[in-house]
Amino acid sequence: MINFQYARANDVVDAIRQITGDPNAKFIAGGTNLIDLMKMDVERPTKVVDITRLALKQVENTPSGGLRIGALVRNTDLAYHPLVGERYPVLASAIMAGASQQLRNMASTGGNLLQRTRCPYFYDTAMPCNKREPGSGCFAIEGHNRMHAILGGSDACIATHPSDMCVALAMLDAKVHVSSASNDRVIAFADFHRLPGDTPQRDTNLSAGEIITAVELPPKGFATNYTYLKIRDRLSYAFALVSVAVGLQLDGDTIKEGRFALGGVAHKPWRDSQAEAALRGQPANATTFFRAADVLLHDAKGYAHNTFKIDLARRCIARALTQAARGTPQLQSSKKIA
Amino acid sequence: MTNDRPDSRAAAQSSPSLTTPEMVSVSLTVNGRLHTLMLDPRTTLLDLLREHLDLTGTKKGCDQGQCGACTVLIDGRRANSCLTFAVMYDGAQIITIEGLAVGGVLHPLQQAFIDHDAFQCGYCTPGQICSAAGLIAEGRAKTAEDIRELMSGNICRCGAYTNIVAAIQQVMGRS
Repeated sequence: MINFQYARANDVVDAIRQITGDPNAKFIAGGTNLIDLMKMDVERPTKVVDITRLALKQVENTPSGGLRIGALVRNTDLAYHPLVGERYPVLASAIMAGASQQLRNMASTGGNLLQRTRCPYFYDTAMPCNKREPGSGCFAIEGHNRMHAILGGSDACIATHPSDMCVALAMLDAKVHVSSASNDRVIAFADFHRLPGDTPQRDTNLSAGEIITAVELPPKGFATNYTYLKIRDRLSYAFALVSVAVGLQLDGDTIKEGRFALGGVAHKPWRDSQAEAALRGQPANATTFFRAADVLLHDAKGYAHNTFKIDLARRCIARALTQAARGTPQLQSSKKIA
Repeated sequence: MTNDRPDSRAAAQSSPSLTTPEMVSVSLTVNGRLHTLMLDPRTTLLDLLREHLDLTGTKKGCDQGQCGACTVLIDGRRANSCLTFAVMYDGAQIITIEGLAVGGVLHPLQQAFIDHDAFQCGYCTPGQICSAAGLIAEGRAKTAEDIRELMSGNICRCGAYTNIVAAIQQVMGRS
């Protein structure tokens, strides 16, 4: 790890001031990803601004009936928050499906959005990686790509976004509140993370000098018919091969509205409006679910070691939609898939 | 990344690469004792405990937050001390495996781990016990399944998991 200057920020304005115009400065909150990357010399900030003292730790109702989650609310506190459990259980479930309790105790809401891919080539500074060193090449495309993307990848990068929490936030149409020295703005969750294209070094559309202050959930939480189903190489504490967050609004056996987002398959949580349109007004049965899965996976592309993910994703989507329709969400402590 | 806002461009000034560490003062309480130190900000809480305070009960396993051997309680909550800069925990209360026994009497979890033969080589054990203390304080685990899931951040390469769960259940049953 290289030397860095450590500074504490007192409030949001101070934090922004300390980072503005300094491309080598980084905010630190939970530190669970940044410190790991600094140890590996993947991240080499010369200044680290500690934002853990900022007053961004509240979970509050919004006037419109939604929820505003401060960027420093820790993952465990969010998952166990009574309002989240009651109104957005899919978010609580997704959080508890990720990492370990020690990490969830440290990790922040904003940091979860900003965590970087766990692609082994990204982590290995002896290897080329377009995300770490633009223009150096991608060895994952022809290499060990079991964990990699099947949707939305490019010739430059097939990394996946590792978060579980973000998959639920994508399904819920969350909004990301950010501030900079010159303005505040709100970014729709679908527009927050980027596809790799020819700029895989940019994970998000956050600009330099901006800080995430909150994540806002709209009123609709799908608390009755939801699930977060995660399939991984071991039963706990592993990144997703495929995960699916579902929210359904049913009228009897008919789907009034159906949403589903996938994790582990792309550079960002993956939603497909055409696939969701294929659910609308249809009976909640296997035929409908597989048809929607096929729409979403129409352009999926497998590589040498991850082609299995296409069929796995298809089955996971159908299974997750079934769980949600039955009102039997996947429990994260039970390893039996309902 | 570039910043296209004129006001911040005017202020643009990269922090310089440091050749020598810029030391930072930190005060924190470890096992009830207050320590004030000047630290290289790169010092993890784990290295502070082991290298500066000679509290070597907390183990360095993977040093990447993947094994749980470095688990300690920070302000009562379990955390991976390898993934923390100690300077971020100014004012915090830290409990390590050395701080669990009171007056020479083993903590109930320490006794339960002995009773249930919940370790072989013992390297993961301080982290397992601190993690279990955090788990019990959280009060979320009700079943053996819950314990297994919520202890999944602690790896035991000897595979003593069955006995670890039994030891934790023994203490949960008493509390």
